[in-house]
Amino acid sequence: MSDAIAPTPPARAVSLHATDARTRRRNAAEKRFKAYGLTAIGIGLAFLAALLFAIVSNGSAAFTQTFVEVPITLDAEEIAAAESSIVKTSKYREIIHGALLEQLADAGIETDMDAAELGKILSSSEAAEMRDFALANPERMGETVRFDFLASSRVDGYLKGRVTRDALARDQNLDAAHLDLVDRLAEQGIVVKRFNWDFILGADASDQRPEQAGIGVAMLGSFFMMLVVLALALPIGVAASIYLEEFAPKNRITDFIEVNISNLAAVPSIVFGILGLAVFIQFAGLPQSAPLVGGLVLTLMTLPTIIISTRAALAAVPPSIRAAALGVGASKMQSVFHHVLPLAMPGILTGTIIGLAQALGETAPLLLIGMVGFIASNYPDGVVSGFTDPNSAMPAQIYEWAKRADPAFYERAWGGIIILLLFLMTMNFIAILLRRRFERRW
Amino acid sequence: MSALVIVLIVCAIAAAGFVLGRARALASAGGDIRGLHSLPSYYGLNVALAALLPALLLLALWSIAQPLLVERSVAAMLPDGVDSALVMSDVRRVADGLALAVAQGALSPQEVAALDADATDLRATLGDVGVALGSAVTPEILDAARTHRAMSATGDLWRAIVVIAAALAGTAVGWSVTNSALRARNLVERVALALLAFAASVAILTTLGIVLSLIFNTLEFFRLYPASEFFLGTTWSPSFGGGSELGILPLLWGTLYISFIALLVAVPIGLFAAIYLSEYASPGVRGIVKPLLEMLAGIPTIVYGLFALLTVGPLLVELFGNGGPLGLGWMDGGTAVMTAGLVMGIMLIPFVSSLSDDIINAVPQALRDGSLGLGATRSETVRQVILPAALPGIVGAVLLAASRAIGETMIVVLGAGAAARLSMNPFDAMTTVTAKIVSQLTGDADFSSPEALVAFALGMTLFVITLVLNVFALWIVRTYREQYD
Repeated sequence: MSDAIAPTPPARAVSLHATDARTRRRNAAEKRFKAYGLTAIGIGLAFLAALLFAIVSNGSAAFTQTFVEVPITLDAEEIAAAESSIVKTSKYREIIHGALLEQLADAGIETDMDAAELGKILSSSEAAEMRDFALANPERMGETVRFDFLASSRVDGYLKGRVTRDALARDQNLDAAHLDLVDRLAEQGIVVKRFNWDFILGADASDQRPEQAGIGVAMLGSFFMMLVVLALALPIGVAASIYLEEFAPKNRITDFIEVNISNLAAVPSIVFGILGLAVFIQFAGLPQSAPLVGGLVLTLMTLPTIIISTRAALAAVPPSIRAAALGVGASKMQSVFHHVLPLAMPGILTGTIIGLAQALGETAPLLLIGMVGFIASNYPDGVVSGFTDPNSAMPAQIYEWAKRADPAFYERAWGGIIILLLFLMTMNFIAILLRRRFERRW
Repeated sequence: MSALVIVLIVCAIAAAGFVLGRARALASAGGDIRGLHSLPSYYGLNVALAALLPALLLLALWSIAQPLLVERSVAAMLPDGVDSALVMSDVRRVADGLALAVAQGALSPQEVAALDADATDLRATLGDVGVALGSAVTPEILDAARTHRAMSATGDLWRAIVVIAAALAGTAVGWSVTNSALRARNLVERVALALLAFAASVAILTTLGIVLSLIFNTLEFFRLYPASEFFLGTTWSPSFGGGSELGILPLLWGTLYISFIALLVAVPIGLFAAIYLSEYASPGVRGIVKPLLEMLAGIPTIVYGLFALLTVGPLLVELFGNGGPLGLGWMDGGTAVMTAGLVMGIMLIPFVSSLSDDIINAVPQALRDGSLGLGATRSETVRQVILPAALPGIVGAVLLAASRAIGETMIVVLGAGAAARLSMNPFDAMTTVTAKIVSQLTGDADFSSPEALVAFALGMTLFVITLVLNVFALWIVRTYREQYD
């Protein structure tokens, strides 16, 4: 005990009720500090809003597409003549352009363009579309069929406001006269904008035809990859977690495994791509660009996520459950598989879904195993070829579009992002729902 | 017989073994389950495992060893002095083509044996069944391919016979040892434990795979290109025609510069957001803002890349480029260090904020209460008590964010540009290690050229840098957390 007494502080010069200069300064500092925090949160949320706004405003246009309605009388002789010529599509193209010119005349729109020049408002896919129809429906010869041809990407961009007349001045494909015509046609209802199922379900198109490109095949590629990830990462991840959480002895090997897992969780994703290229493609000889290889790479990448969340779920099951099971004569293995695992299942599933969502959005490793370029061009023939045939994945397809020269592809890329984010949101929503519905607090 | 069919047959044998083993155990106990050591299904499982495990292990080993052996003996047949890797891939393609042609009925086995590379146009024949060959088939390659095919066919036949025999033998052994006293549950559980341990070691195998694939290819690269020039070279100009200069310094500079700008954006915003959320915000606000901020972390990086390329880049050019409202003319194109750094910073905000949030929350409440009780304001408490206490953890979080930034790929591929240069101007286009890994390994590169192999050396550098950062950061975070437990 010390008897020393602190000297009495000098009496305050002013009343306690009035704040002195120092208190005011401290209160101001307090307010400032709080404002910094609010500003930081405001900036973060503003970035989020800007990002979402950019995605929605740029991407929603990809879901509508401009079509030109052209009635064509299928003439058996003309078709036969076209089929016997060397460049079949050019003959079909002549038929289509002629029909378009006729339709213009019927609609009372005058033009001094010739048929080929007029045809530039159509996508260059039109001839193939008509040919496929004519060959598939020989019984409709002689009838007049109304075809909905895709408009060229520039006409589409003009109607969506992406392409301006000024920009077209430097374009050698289309000029102002075409646009005048498009305006008249749009008034008459011959050129129409409609919801574009082909974007969601279709295949990628070559870089000359952005209007035809769709994300459907890449979506299927992603789906097959997710199947591989689910089939491998869930069992391996759960088994590894059970071992580490319930059985592993405390020794160096266990420590080494744990260090490995936490490091793998932080290894840059591109390194997993290098691993996939060197081990799965070069060493094991698996096919390039195949969803199977993509799935394997993503499995290795997702495993740490799943292991970490599964271990948390297992650890959350109270020891009394284990003790009770052991007490009635169950073996350690039985207590885990019959009691602990079922109780931890909601947590494990939540972690798995979040891991899958992460894998679904990953791009960099896929580029290294060959998922770049114009590869998502056809639907796979069956389940096996779905795993082994070259295919793209949604994020890789988006990257591919972002790289192409024609700005019309940018709209597709943003549109693809909307679809990708919808998938991710659904998955996360399911995860949250699972957690809310089944999670037990002990 | 394909591997899949063999696996199915083995599974069928194992299923039969399960039924037989279970029945034998019950019979040996006179149908009274109480006479058994374990539950009946364990006896069945025991027999099934005895059938499955050796057979599948044998199948895996055989499938790995057979191609190696076949290729070695076929390579011995080829004349010396040819580029064996290229010729072997030709041989493999011709052999596959012949197998396919026989399977589709385009050629009969006798015709294959009688084929003469000089007389028949094998390339056209194989083209018809869907195997495209780069060049005409020489007699040596045809001979080698025939041997290849014959050996593979024999090998496949023996593989099927041996594996199925192993499965049957396993079943027989498992079945014969089954009696009521057999401790079947213990046996089965021992196998299950081994399987669980194997699953856990996949993490080690993955690390091993990464390290080995990086090391071998990096060594191969350093044999073709001197290591000193790679690590100290200041020029990056790969050309697939040869004569490339592959110095890593400009790439490292770009990587570090972009990461630095990203941290400059992410750390203050993330840290202040975390402080506000943990010290000031009401539970209601926190419940809304925290998930919203974390949404930023759930957005795939390709989205950020596109945002950088198409939104932020053009915006920055408008501001800082020629003819902008500021009249600075600093920026020529949308892709620049600034673009990538800024967007990467946005991506890292939730990363920094949620890590810091955890760490700040781990500071014991007693410290806060003590400081507030002495009359400190909240901000003084944060600055003088909480931050110093949480500092090691926050440093760890920043290091983890830095490692994330260094390893980030899609944002820099799309947003930073492709030119490798050493420049101080943040509005210049620069490129990074990750972006160059992507550009050197995509496309139809020949994997034995230094221009492609350099990607592995870059990957190795990246792996080592991020590994050191991660280990250090995790060590800091862990030691810090234990302090208050």
